[in-house]
This record gives sequence, C-alpha cells and structure tokens, in this order.
Amino acid sequence: MTEEIVIIGGGTGGTVAANRLVETLETEVDAGEVTVTIVTDDPDHVYKPTFLYVPFGKKEPEDARRPLVDLVNRRVDIVYDRVTAIDTDAKSLDLRDGASMDYDYLVVGTGAIPDPENTPGLGADQDGHYFYDGEAAATLREELASFDEGHLVLSVIGTPHVCPAAPVEFTMMVDSWLEKRGVREDVEITYTYPINRLHGVKPVAEWMVPRFEERDINTETFFNVESVDSDAGVINTLEGKEFEYDLLVAIPEFKPASLIAEAGLGDDWMEVNKHTLESDHAEDVWGIGDITNIPTSKAGSVAHYASGVVVDRIASEIRGQTPTAHFEGDTVCFIEAGMDEGTYIKFDYENAPVVRDENKFIHWAKLAYNESYWLTARGLI
Amino acid sequence: MADIEADVTVDARGSACPGPLMDLIGKIKSVDSGTVVELLTGDEGSKNDVPEWVEEAGHELLDTVDEGEYYSIYVKKS
Repeated sequence: MTEEIVIIGGGTGGTVAANRLVETLETEVDAGEVTVTIVTDDPDHVYKPTFLYVPFGKKEPEDARRPLVDLVNRRVDIVYDRVTAIDTDAKSLDLRDGASMDYDYLVVGTGAIPDPENTPGLGADQDGHYFYDGEAAATLREELASFDEGHLVLSVIGTPHVCPAAPVEFTMMVDSWLEKRGVREDVEITYTYPINRLHGVKPVAEWMVPRFEERDINTETFFNVESVDSDAGVINTLEGKEFEYDLLVAIPEFKPASLIAEAGLGDDWMEVNKHTLESDHAEDVWGIGDITNIPTSKAGSVAHYASGVVVDRIASEIRGQTPTAHFEGDTVCFIEAGMDEGTYIKFDYENAPVVRDENKFIHWAKLAYNESYWLTARGLI
Repeated sequence: MADIEADVTVDARGSACPGPLMDLIGKIKSVDSGTVVELLTGDEGSKNDVPEWVEEAGHELLDTVDEGEYYSIYVKKS
C-alpha cells in the first residue's frame, strides 16, 4: 500500500518539508511505498524577505520568485491547484478545479495573508503602504522616491505580523537611506508600537531605544490604530490619539486562510502542539510556519526548523517507530540596522535572545544568506 | 470582589509575551462599549502590562484574580 503525504503550500515550510521528506524516505519513495505531493496555486516559490529591499531600489519584486519546480527534488509531485476544503475525517482535500485527493499524512503550510482591509481606512486606493508583497513594495518605492520632506510614520498595527524584525529594519533603513539622499533633516520619522515598549521581544526593544534616540527617530508606544483617515492624513488610535502623517507605512494585520477554520483546525490560526506541531483537532495533520499558533515569531527560520521536526515525525510514523523529534521554538532573525550594518537574534521558547551591536559583517552575511536562501528551500542548508 | 460575570473570555494561556495583551486589545477593538472581557493569561508580565494599557486607553480594570496556574484579568470597555 502506498502512503500518501500531501503538503498544502509551496512556501518555505512546504518546500523544505517536501525536499527533506523524499531525502529521508528515499528508499520508500523509490520503492513506490510513499509519495510526497505539494499542492500550491502559485507556480513560483516566493522568498519574501527580498521585498524589504524593494522600497530602497536594492531589489526588484521578481528577484523574490523562482519556479517551484526548479527547487524541489524530482521525486516530489506538484499539483498546481488550490485546496478549497479539508475533510480530516475522510482524510481528503477538495481542489478548486473540482477534483479531490486523499492523504494519509497532511502538512499544512498555507502561511499568513496580509489583511490591511481589516483596519478601517487602509487597503486599496487608500494610505498605508507596506512591503509584504512585491506590488505593494514597488508602490512604496515610488512614494519614497519622491518623498523628500514631511512626516514619515511606520506604524505596527498587526500583531502577530510576519517577520517581527522587518518594521525595525525598515525604520532604520529608511533613516539611513534618507540620510544618504541628503533629505533626512527635512523628514521627521516616527515609529509606533501597540504595547508599552518598542518591540514584543524585550531584548530587541532594549536594543532599539538608544539607537532610535541617536538617529532622532520618534517613538510612540501603546499605540493601537483604530482607523486611518487617508484624506486628512490622520491616524486615530484606540487610546484616543489623533496622529498626523504625510507618508504612512503600516504593518498590516495578517490572517490565516479561511480553510483552517472551515476544516475545524482552529478558530483563527491553526492550533497545533508547540512541540510536536501536530494538530490539536485532527490526527495525522501537522502545521508548519506562519499558519500555526505556536508562541514564537512568524518567520521563515521557524518554518525552516519546524519542517525538519515534522519530517522526522512523519518518517518515524511511516516506519512504525515512535516519533521523538521535538520543536523547541528555534528562531533566527537578521536585523538590518541601516543600509550597511546589521545584527541578528537567535532564540527559542525558553531562551530570550541576546542582541549584539550591529556591524557591517552581519549586514553582508544577511545579503549573502538572501542569495543562498535557495539552497535552504532545496533542503540543503 | 464578588464574582464578576464576563461577557467574553480571551484565553491567552500559552501565548508568549506580548501575546496576551495583544489578544486583549484585539478583542476590545471588536466588542461594544460596556462589554466585560476576561483575559486568561499565564504570563507574569500581563499583571503590569494590562493594567497600564487599560488606564492609557481609558477602560476600566475590574479585577485581577490569581487562579494559581494563571491570572484572570477582567476589563470593562469604556
């Protein structure tokens, strides 16, 4: 009998999981005892951290894309379709083209979707730029190119949001970029955050304070955006503030695919055991990456490390062994501290990060990793 | 304080910092004025962070109850 492993999503988690599954289970796959299939509606794999560089003219949106077929082992099957329903009792998926497919083991890696429309006043044809997709990042590039005076506000609206470092990085990069353009003194920069410090990860918040002061970046905390008035250029907060801006970069709220709630896999994010990554609500179903509710960052590194745990656990199940692999919340994030310096953080469920002073070497390391990321997607590094 | 009847409960146990406060803020955004929200949190930091935000935002902190493994924090939306 053939065991069918199906992965929904061709992002970091899904792609790494697929490549590692066929490598770990090479014998079984070659014998026709196991199949590994990715179902995705995007023929490209997208490396989203590239988009952070687009507003500054350092990357193009297409730099973030490569055909998925070029990144996965030839033993992996790819179905280009969209999963419209998951039946965890019957262990089957409905696809948009009308077909259905069965699974024995299911891995869900559908990611987090930017949801600016959930904040009144944000969304299409209104203010609130962001850089979480190529088109939005390219639009922001054009706005920035002609912005040489006024008040630029970077407001973190959504938490959890994808890539916890990105708002910090953007703020420090735009400061440095405007300085290099010779217009920094004509632009006021303000960074806002929902809770009573500058970042959810406390050591990062502490690292930010003196650096933002040195750079003359204003900060506002306990700043929860209730609505944005694009005509007036005003943000209204839950705390009763009215805050004016000329250019608003808004880190939006994010949402899971509606598939999750409809399949009973979680009311909001997919609910999984934070160590085994198994669904709280269905057997033989795992979640990896941004779609899950695990208490750490929504970051590519988490999806990368988590996929290794899921692969080991599924391989153990298939071989009749007791799975022992555990996810400990491993997270690694680079943090750009301007256009030519950076640092990084590494932490897990139990251990907070230590944030070291930024330097040029880590900045170069980040740029180098961004190029070598495609080897990570292939399951190599 | 006598038992408080919550209209809605936000279970943020297991949610790491800044999870519980953000979960509460998200709920407060979506409910009507006068609604009593109960936040369940296992995060020690919530004992300080939540009252501070509630005051800043002008809502009313009704009570914080130590339930042993977690805290129940009751907030009434203004």
